[in-house]
Amino acid sequence: MDDLFAGFAELFAQYDVLGAFWVNIQLTFWAAILSLVLGTVLALMRISPIASLQWVGTAYVTIFRNTPLTIILTFTYLVLFSQLAISLSDDLNTTFFWFAVFGLAVYHAAFVCEAIRSGVNTVPVGQAEAARAIGLSFMPAATMIILPQAFRGAIAPLGNTLIALLKNSTVAIAASVANETSSLMRTMIEFRPDLMVAIFLLFAIGYVILVIPIGVTTTWLSTRLAVKR
Amino acid sequence: MTASVLFDAQGPRARALSTVGNIVSAVLVLAGLAWLASVLYDKGQFESSLWQNAMSAEAWQSYYLPGLQNTLRSALFATAGSVVFGILFGVGRLSHIRPVRWFSGVVVEFFRAVPVLLMMIFFYMFFSAQAQWITDRPFAAVVLALVLYNGSVIAELVRSGVGNLPKGQGEAGLAVGLTLGQTLRSVQLPQALVAMLPAMISQLVVVLKDSALGQLILYPELLRSAQVLSSNQQNPLQALVVVAIVFIVINYLLTVVAHRLARLLSSRTAGATVEGAGIGNPTAAAGGAAGPAPR
Repeated sequence: MDDLFAGFAELFAQYDVLGAFWVNIQLTFWAAILSLVLGTVLALMRISPIASLQWVGTAYVTIFRNTPLTIILTFTYLVLFSQLAISLSDDLNTTFFWFAVFGLAVYHAAFVCEAIRSGVNTVPVGQAEAARAIGLSFMPAATMIILPQAFRGAIAPLGNTLIALLKNSTVAIAASVANETSSLMRTMIEFRPDLMVAIFLLFAIGYVILVIPIGVTTTWLSTRLAVKR
Repeated sequence: MTASVLFDAQGPRARALSTVGNIVSAVLVLAGLAWLASVLYDKGQFESSLWQNAMSAEAWQSYYLPGLQNTLRSALFATAGSVVFGILFGVGRLSHIRPVRWFSGVVVEFFRAVPVLLMMIFFYMFFSAQAQWITDRPFAAVVLALVLYNGSVIAELVRSGVGNLPKGQGEAGLAVGLTLGQTLRSVQLPQALVAMLPAMISQLVVVLKDSALGQLILYPELLRSAQVLSSNQQNPLQALVVVAIVFIVINYLLTVVAHRLARLLSSRTAGATVEGAGIGNPTAAAGGAAGPAPR
């Protein structure tokens, strides 16, 4: 046991483990905001009365929900960066970072859309009927009556999507993002194969520590903010 | 609540507005797609040789099909393994022996929180250093990582499946003189397993998608084969699009099967048959999809 603790201390001194987790947290943060916006727009499109918008929303969700995230992130590196030579910044790391955020957001927006739609399903029919009865048309009814309640009902599935997003941010290695946790773990194991198990446990426990509070908070929020009926 | 209650049956004016909105948004979407196509055209991405090389018989024979075979092989083994793991630990979490319940809980919560990719990279490097008798180490690492993660998710499905059965089922078992263990095995578990079948099929979609992570440890699966092909032919866009379409078609069919099954099986069990969300922990997400979760 002492060896293990000595090993941990040595690893922390030698490598920027916390910095790597910080990169993943930043990826998660920006991708979460972008995918929340995009996902809400998609959900609105899917419940709107306009057929072509419904169709676009459904097509988007079907395509991106069924594509592996690894393909999307590999696409940002091999196609957007290498083949099409799109650059977002002079600094390569910044370009890769924002490509990865973009890829993560595009993928998770499909799940955010479905989470919000499941939230819409928790709103009783009477709410929509009441909104129509007082003369609200689709957009006012959606933004003032339906969506505020739908978001409250969607907190649990949105929390699940956020946890999945945090864990999936490790796939950013496929978009060539350096210094995030999965590439740092690989480097560390390559240089210290004797501490292999300790290194894995270090990163694994790091994720457990990050994931469990998100789960507890969203469960607490979802019961606290649930519309009492 | 269905979408249609969100707006009234439309009168002449609303119908006209809808038609205009419909046309305007269709034009906007098509214009966006056309812009994308023109950008790609300017960059020479519609060069016919690029697409031909990505879709030729040779590309399928020597790259995609062997890759697809490996993808399906890893998904098959991972699914079988995770069902066994899931039932074992799901029942463990329901056990009335406290240490068993506690141990299963820790294992399941741990493997659900750790990113699959970290497990895959670790197992691959661990096998390479410590277990060189394993001949196909990338395959073993992909399958083991997928089994541990998806098995934990299935364990949660088993637990919530039993928990969501009406209380009378367990009480009836006890009333006819079965023990707690017998009630679980012969009354609750069979119904819970039927109820969770659609969610398990949805989990298969997750397994298939996550098996593509294998390319990062050089497992020769479908995405990897597309990368090798595109590095020879200089057509990553075209090759990745082909591979993505293969994944989308397979996963879409699985989603349709899960949906049909959820309806078909609902008369076969006292539990609620719902399909999973295809991401994260399907049990909590499924509660929302089926209406308000029981409180």
